[in-house]
Amino acid sequence: MTRHGGVAAPSGHRADLLGLSSRLTVGWQDSDQPATLRGHLDRYGPPPQHGTGRHGTLIDAVTQAGLTGRGGAGFPTGVKMRSVATRRGQAVVVANGMESEPASEKDKALLARAPHLVLDGAVLAATSIGAGAIHLCLPRSRQWLMTIMLDAVAERERAGFDPVKIEVHGLPHHYVSSEETSIVQWLNGGDARPTAVPPRPFEKGVGQRPTLLDNVETLAHIALIARFGSAWYRQAGLADAPGTMLTTVSGAVEAPGVYEIEVGTPIADVLRISGASPDAGSLLIGGYFGTWHDSQDVAGLPMAPTGLRSVGASPGAGVLVVLPPDACGLGETARVLAWLAGQGAGQCGPCVFGLPAIADDFAQLASGRPRGPVLDRLDRRLSTVIGRGACRHPDGAVRLARSALAAFAADVKSHVSRRICVSARNGQQRSAVLPIPRPTDMEVWQ
Amino acid sequence: MKHHLAVSPIACTGHGICAEMLPELIGLDEWGYPILAERDVPHELAALSRRAVRLCPTLALRLEASNAERRVPTGGPRDPAGPGSRRGGGRSGGGRTAVSH
Repeated sequence: MTRHGGVAAPSGHRADLLGLSSRLTVGWQDSDQPATLRGHLDRYGPPPQHGTGRHGTLIDAVTQAGLTGRGGAGFPTGVKMRSVATRRGQAVVVANGMESEPASEKDKALLARAPHLVLDGAVLAATSIGAGAIHLCLPRSRQWLMTIMLDAVAERERAGFDPVKIEVHGLPHHYVSSEETSIVQWLNGGDARPTAVPPRPFEKGVGQRPTLLDNVETLAHIALIARFGSAWYRQAGLADAPGTMLTTVSGAVEAPGVYEIEVGTPIADVLRISGASPDAGSLLIGGYFGTWHDSQDVAGLPMAPTGLRSVGASPGAGVLVVLPPDACGLGETARVLAWLAGQGAGQCGPCVFGLPAIADDFAQLASGRPRGPVLDRLDRRLSTVIGRGACRHPDGAVRLARSALAAFAADVKSHVSRRICVSARNGQQRSAVLPIPRPTDMEVWQ
Repeated sequence: MKHHLAVSPIACTGHGICAEMLPELIGLDEWGYPILAERDVPHELAALSRRAVRLCPTLALRLEASNAERRVPTGGPRDPAGPGSRRGGGRSGGGRTAVSH
């Protein structure tokens, strides 16, 4: 165990449960209240003071720690920090707490339990790259979360804790509003909709300044690396994917929720921890831009980008959903695709017209009432739409649709020949598995 | 210098003039939006390509220099094209930092 400034670094392991870790989640068992600043400092110790020489090395430490973005894209955080730091002009830090992925709960859980760990990370990142402002972006539909974070920021201001000012913002909450260019455009006074790239935020972001935009979990890991170092950070996880990650497990499991695991924990262990049946069937990995798999095929694979790549999957923002044995994967996918079709920014033709057409094809397939050669049409449309939006929204929907066609190939066959599966027929009575958020006002982007 | 066509998917409203002028390089999808050939503009179509770019009513179509290598975010001097600018349509967009749900 590493010791630093008299405070024990949280250990990477808990011996009783394989793979389960407690770094970000220290003390979550004891209280579901947000940690106060004092409680937070008792738990983790003070952050290294800026100006003591340590802060200049934080970019190196994050790079050596091998931290990657926890928002879903998995880009190396140290590389991004250095890119922003070496550009001309004073930088800006944006903490992305939008979490618009419906099957993910981890950012909400982290902010609501350990708000100061995230804020520490944002401030430490800001001082390391010489940033003069921090913007924390949350969906305005989660007023309770905004209250927690505003209180936490006010507490730090009263204590004169931070050298950089933190502003909390409430943004309109659409699926694409959590995309980095959407957030930057909104902070610049525009719509919370994706813009064409380049320029990317690291080049020209908030106020035309180089902008470090990181997911809130990523920032919390930075706060730990700054305190305990990169060698400690690498004590958990894999050599090529170090550390821990928050994962949200839901669906047919006894204990759905957010778990902190070592990166690379075998999927079978994550499912066991959350109480999934050993003979669990289909599994959605990575969220609504993710992929469907047979649990048994992926049980031995590590929950890490490199390990999942072999089956075309990605951990995304750490989402796992176990499909109950009596549910219809095609029906579930059709519902999600219909929702995604309505969640676009309404800017790019292939997405505006393509996603509703694809969702309609899928609905025909799921209901067992195909009109015409639905599979050929679907295949053509999926190939047509991919890669033709300003953002990756259409690509994500296509990925989910294609994986459903492959993972539920047997169901596809019977649905096409109008022998719809029992699950789909019973589907009207059974509540849906994958959550669909309440409709938002799609006219409001400001 | 080699060039290729690119389209801004946000600016494009599917007039389809480009596909009429340059069927060799531009097709339309079933909703009338352009699908660009993923290759450089051949010499004999260069003049026609420039004309198609000029005539695009929403200024969505453009010609871009084809770089040998994609630029990586290293913080070098600003380049108006920037990293991953090939094919404004998006697939090769520079880096994986875009999606963050």
